[in-house]
Amino acid sequence: MVKMEVKLMANIERDEVSGTDTTGHEWDGIKELNTPLPRWWLWTFYASILFAVVWWVLYPSWPTLNTYWKGTLAYSSRVDLANDLTARDNEPQRAARVKKIASMPIAAISEDKDLREFAAAGGRVIFADNCAPCHGSQGSGAPGYPVLADDDWLWGGSLEAIETTIRYGIRSTHDDTRVSEMPVFGTDYLSKTQIADVTEYVLSLTNKSKDSSAAMRGAEVFAGDCAACHGEKAEGGRDFGAPKLSDGIWLHGDSREAIIAQVTKPKHGVMPTWQGRLDDVAIKEVAVYVHSLGGGE
Amino acid sequence: MTENLTENHHIPESPSLYAKHKKVYPQAITGAFRTLKWKVTAAIMAFYFITPWIRWDRGEGEPDQAILASMSLRRLYFFNIEIWPQEIYYLTGILVLAAVGLFLATAMAGRVWCGFTCWQTVWTDLFVWVERKIEGDRNKRIRFDQGSWNLDKIWRKSLKQFIWIVFSLLTGAGWIFFFNDAPSTAMNMLTGQGTYEEYGFTFLFSATTYVLAGFAREQVCIYMCPWPRFQGAMFDEHSLIVTYEAWRGEPRGKSKAQNIGDCVDCNLCVNVCPTGVDIREGDQFQCIGCALCVDACNSIMTKLGRPLNLITYDSVSNQMARERGDEPKKRLIRKRTIAYSILLSAVVVLMAYGLLNRSELEINVQRDRSPLFVQLSDGDIRNGYTFKILNMINVPQTYTLAISGLEGAKLSVIGLGKDPVDTVTLDVEGDTVATYRVFVRAPIETMRSQFEDMEFILTNSETGEVVRYDSRFAGPVR
Repeated sequence: MVKMEVKLMANIERDEVSGTDTTGHEWDGIKELNTPLPRWWLWTFYASILFAVVWWVLYPSWPTLNTYWKGTLAYSSRVDLANDLTARDNEPQRAARVKKIASMPIAAISEDKDLREFAAAGGRVIFADNCAPCHGSQGSGAPGYPVLADDDWLWGGSLEAIETTIRYGIRSTHDDTRVSEMPVFGTDYLSKTQIADVTEYVLSLTNKSKDSSAAMRGAEVFAGDCAACHGEKAEGGRDFGAPKLSDGIWLHGDSREAIIAQVTKPKHGVMPTWQGRLDDVAIKEVAVYVHSLGGGE
Repeated sequence: MTENLTENHHIPESPSLYAKHKKVYPQAITGAFRTLKWKVTAAIMAFYFITPWIRWDRGEGEPDQAILASMSLRRLYFFNIEIWPQEIYYLTGILVLAAVGLFLATAMAGRVWCGFTCWQTVWTDLFVWVERKIEGDRNKRIRFDQGSWNLDKIWRKSLKQFIWIVFSLLTGAGWIFFFNDAPSTAMNMLTGQGTYEEYGFTFLFSATTYVLAGFAREQVCIYMCPWPRFQGAMFDEHSLIVTYEAWRGEPRGKSKAQNIGDCVDCNLCVNVCPTGVDIREGDQFQCIGCALCVDACNSIMTKLGRPLNLITYDSVSNQMARERGDEPKKRLIRKRTIAYSILLSAVVVLMAYGLLNRSELEINVQRDRSPLFVQLSDGDIRNGYTFKILNMINVPQTYTLAISGLEGAKLSVIGLGKDPVDTVTLDVEGDTVATYRVFVRAPIETMRSQFEDMEFILTNSETGEVVRYDSRFAGPVR
């Protein structure tokens, strides 16, 4: 019969097979051999506890009710970063380049390979932080927000034109903003039929029209009401930010319905002025970057 | 049963879960293996301390150190070979070679790595040698440690520590020289102009050398190193290991009576052991296979005129054969060693092939993910690529870039003219990576599917070396 027994005292035995003592502990008949760790191992454990305590004193560690223990060294990674950024700005090579960018006209910056690459690299980061939410990463665009990587520009794709657009914005709050407004043809000027005809004409320019007689009628409407801004051949007018209509690129959608909607009651995109939000050097850097996306003129 | 056990065996006072460190005092010994050990140690010391000082001319502005793993230049220099970070697989290859080499050596001859070449063993051996020279041999050192502190003890202990520290510092600095130009770094560090990194790492490696070789010693092998714990899987009964011929050694004893084995129980094999084991208890994981006990035992057997090699390098199967009176057979060629050898040769051949056919021109092309493509005013489709050229020759090179596989496709590169062309000329400075933004445009009519396969072809204008890169060209959904 198995006798249940609670052993309070350590019952140390020597195991015959290994020749090692047991610890005297027993769980359900399972005994544990005592293969002791070296004592210095224990000391390294205590040493690491001590290290932690010293760390708590020196570095930010424990939370308190309203704040936290800041440590006697008053270390802060945020301050570290600020110092790093200041050090970066004061770095002679960088400071010299920034100074050059500030003083030079943008065309000259682009001609200097070193400055162009430096500006584009800086501009890439600024673009990602400030411009990409609307224009997409690397200027891939979205409906209503122009693609910046193609060669189709509303207000011009030269370095100067891009810089001006970024600096003053489009229909922005700045006094020198680029501004234009397409009339609301649906309520004031054209009938629904006329709008459908002119839409058919515009579609015919990229061989998408299905009704040539409507397109013919639309051509007359276009010459009378649209050509003034969009050009005789629908080649667009950059002075007014009037899009080229003879290519396959559509800001607000390329379907017949989208074009009818845009003629009937046009949408007008707004781009904020970046003057005051970005400094002069940053604006130039972004302009150089946008110019390098592939469509720069 | 339990009662019997406790009655027949001792009962210790109280169990301690932590063992006090028992210092090992290895005794000096001479012999064949000791001589071999000194030769190996000399070779390792020579390699470690001399190689960083070998010079190798690579031309103007390039480091002239034969073996240099430069962190700042991001290059691994090995005589006329320059490995770039992109070729890190060579390092992987060397590590695989080292691992398989270690397996093969272990399968053949047990822990020869541990016993003769491991840094821990070699440096500990040297530290113990210093200790022995200053404090005397085993018995003297034991008495010395037990004795009270006097002037003699103080100056001998101080001298030992001083030499240990100097040697540790040399070791620490020696390590740095593999990563920084040795002469200038040495000069800077000696004149107090070294960088924080140089001093910091020298201190780190010196401190670990001092602690591990001076104090931790066999504790590293027993408690810290993972290798002894699994090297048992590498060897079998045919591997040569340090063995004790118990069949003729036992019963051990000093008496001249009959029926006494060859072992005279002089304990010299235990006294010379750097890890403090008794090899007569059989193979054990604390044994590093240094074979000093073989020398120890043979020295006694020679004196007594008894047969040598009572403790010897032999395999377990041979020992069993000898015990039965059979002829022992050396079986170095076995399935295991053949497999390791084949693996080793395969890696060597692969590495050699790779190095001999190593291209000094590499390209990396990253296709823009955003935008995937753009449509241009004239209806063409255009994709953007970030094009990197790794020129591993240290003189400027000129390359011609062309594309194939895409009908009517044209190239343009930012900063190198706006008009699309068939080929562009790209200049790359020596020993650098040049990054170009490359645009490829193609008429939409030529695209049969949303993604077209295409190929970039880069030709070195001078040497005619050609590198190709498969890529894709994206267009609208069709």
